[in-house]
Amino acid sequence: MNFDLTEDRQMLADTLNRYLAEQYGIETRNAAAYEAPFHDPEKWSEMAELGIAGALVPEEQGGFGGAGFDIAVVFEALGKGLCPEPFLGTLMAARLLAAADADLEALVSGETRYAVGLGEIDAAYDLENVATMAKASGDGYALNGRKSAVYGGQDADVILVLAKLGDAPAIFSVETSAANVVGYGMIDGGGAAELLLEDTPAQLLLENAAGAVQDAVNAGRLALCAEAVGAMGTTYEVLVDYLKTRKQFGRPIGTFQVLQHRTVDLLTEIEQARSITISAAASLDAEDATLKVAMAKNLVGRAARLVAEEAIQMHGGIAMTWEYSVSHYGKRLVMLDAQLGDTDQCLGEVMQSYAA
Amino acid sequence: MDLSYSPEEIAFEEEVREFLKTNLPDHIATAVRAGGELTADLMQEWHRILSAKGWLATTWPKEYGGPGWTPVQRHIFEVECNRFNAPRIVPFGLAMLGPVIQKFGNDRQKKEVLPGILSAEDWWCQGYSEPGAGSDLASLKTRAERDGDHYVINGQKTWTTLGQFANKIFCLVRTKFDGKPQEGISFVLVDLDTPGIEMRPIRLIEGGYEVNEVFFTDVRVPVENLVGEENQGWTIAKFLLTHERTNIAGVGSSMQALEEVKALARKVRRNGRPLIEDPLFAARIAQVEIDLEAMKITNLRMLFQAQKQGYPGPETSILKIKGTVINQELRDLARRALGPSAAPFPGSITDGNLALSPPDTANSAARYFNNRKTSIFGGSNEIQRNILTKTMLEL
Repeated sequence: MNFDLTEDRQMLADTLNRYLAEQYGIETRNAAAYEAPFHDPEKWSEMAELGIAGALVPEEQGGFGGAGFDIAVVFEALGKGLCPEPFLGTLMAARLLAAADADLEALVSGETRYAVGLGEIDAAYDLENVATMAKASGDGYALNGRKSAVYGGQDADVILVLAKLGDAPAIFSVETSAANVVGYGMIDGGGAAELLLEDTPAQLLLENAAGAVQDAVNAGRLALCAEAVGAMGTTYEVLVDYLKTRKQFGRPIGTFQVLQHRTVDLLTEIEQARSITISAAASLDAEDATLKVAMAKNLVGRAARLVAEEAIQMHGGIAMTWEYSVSHYGKRLVMLDAQLGDTDQCLGEVMQSYAA
Repeated sequence: MDLSYSPEEIAFEEEVREFLKTNLPDHIATAVRAGGELTADLMQEWHRILSAKGWLATTWPKEYGGPGWTPVQRHIFEVECNRFNAPRIVPFGLAMLGPVIQKFGNDRQKKEVLPGILSAEDWWCQGYSEPGAGSDLASLKTRAERDGDHYVINGQKTWTTLGQFANKIFCLVRTKFDGKPQEGISFVLVDLDTPGIEMRPIRLIEGGYEVNEVFFTDVRVPVENLVGEENQGWTIAKFLLTHERTNIAGVGSSMQALEEVKALARKVRRNGRPLIEDPLFAARIAQVEIDLEAMKITNLRMLFQAQKQGYPGPETSILKIKGTVINQELRDLARRALGPSAAPFPGSITDGNLALSPPDTANSAARYFNNRKTSIFGGSNEIQRNILTKTMLEL
């Protein structure tokens, strides 16, 4: 048993943290995150050069990572810096492409930006219920339907789409230049898209894709958990600092026990969130991955919302302002719960393990 | 990062299982499973079995006759003991006084005190809290005044767990009456058969008897029974409480309790189906199972940290705060799963052969009420929050 990061992963974390602190501070971040294209393509390329995409991909596919702990290290750093770059799509696409034995070179280099379109308005998390259909058309296929919450889809080159081929789930590759992509910015920064598929041309990437889709969702959920752990850590640091410096009634508000104990409770939940994220990372390529990751996403979703709401409350009015960083971290911490399966969805999935 | 056990640890786990399978008597496991009070004989029987194997003093280094286990080995042992329904080792001599004597005791004390703990011959209890000194332990008033080669002790201790079975007690006493309260406390060892000591039972919320008041009237204790320096007792007290916290997450006990709740919810039927198929109840189980899953890792992370730095840090307070609440939640679910069948006062039904609930569940409500203690004792969860405020938040 060992809870230390390997030297390589520690170096990667240090590199990313330094880059984000120096090049992507909160004002730069806000300028990019809330205006189209809702990220910074130049920073995207720089970060790809730093090796982010490579760290998400195993060696056999041309990367140098791809394990649960590689993913956790990368996304914790992204969360710590509240980075709006759409690497969630990169990660999930990498899992799908690898399952299809496809070439990942353009993904690893950052040359091609990938997004994935899995959920729909009436099947946000229950992917077995998607209504998008594929049919053969010429050399390839044509897709009909509508994909929702395609993270990073507003500025992607390729979107990997889940559609039914007959009765079976399959993954198709869609060039965004040939599709109707309606992009938008999100309330917590970063961008996403609705993908309107009307006989949209597509290449078949993967048939009978249920297992590969679950794996991509597991990896994506783990990434969101790690991102939340990073963002909770920063929020907590800012909060504790504020408790020490902000004075009311002639003394620092951190001397009030009512705030001290609530802050300790946040520390406790953050440690629990970190622990269960470690558990999920360790299990990502194991048999019980889906269960362990659902457990993590449930706990992290609860903890993240608690940290966001309590940090805002304990700061008082200042954290309600756009100017103060905690407002942006708070939004991210609340909204990421809804990505790829929220607390209730994941709790339900854990409950299914009781059926015997 | 690597959460898996080493081959040596896996072999150790197997060895512990094999030992428990062969050496834990059925009548003891049955009594533990039933969840009621255990007799002194039964606890001592188990202590002696462990002592013979050399596995009683799990936290002690080899030089003092312990097994020299790593924190991970101790964790494995704890989990397996709970899984097999072995009794909890009474901690006062083994987990508390032992380490204190090893760190602060003189050679004579090491020679005199440690063997009796190791052999399970001596049963130690704890004289810390007083009626007026609970969370504010440093305000304790029991006085020890020098009279020649003796201290003369007067005062009252309380919450002395299993004192009714003990032959010895370690006490915090006041030896200096001015200055800061923390600087006038000493740590002394007392034979319970010394004249002037009276032990009175305190009946607890569920009707059980496990704690006592201890009254001291002109009790003469040889000065050589002082551990460490006079007025150094507060340092020792803090050291002891940190040690008390290392196993405080109760992960093994909660893992076992979770299995029991699940088994119970499969057995109990409500609305025409097993209770575990009721989505509301299943959600409550799932929620606490997830919290426990995280707690297991939090516990291991802190064990790993303690192993690396050689001592447990203040962050172990997190284990107490969260671990006790998880355990209480599980006891609550067991009680609720039984519904009205949880209500009968154990032992009060007139036909002793008539089962009101599945076997081993008769004490579910009693256990729930008894376990409310865990967030109060050993430094209440609020005191743990104060500790974390000072040490981790530096507020």
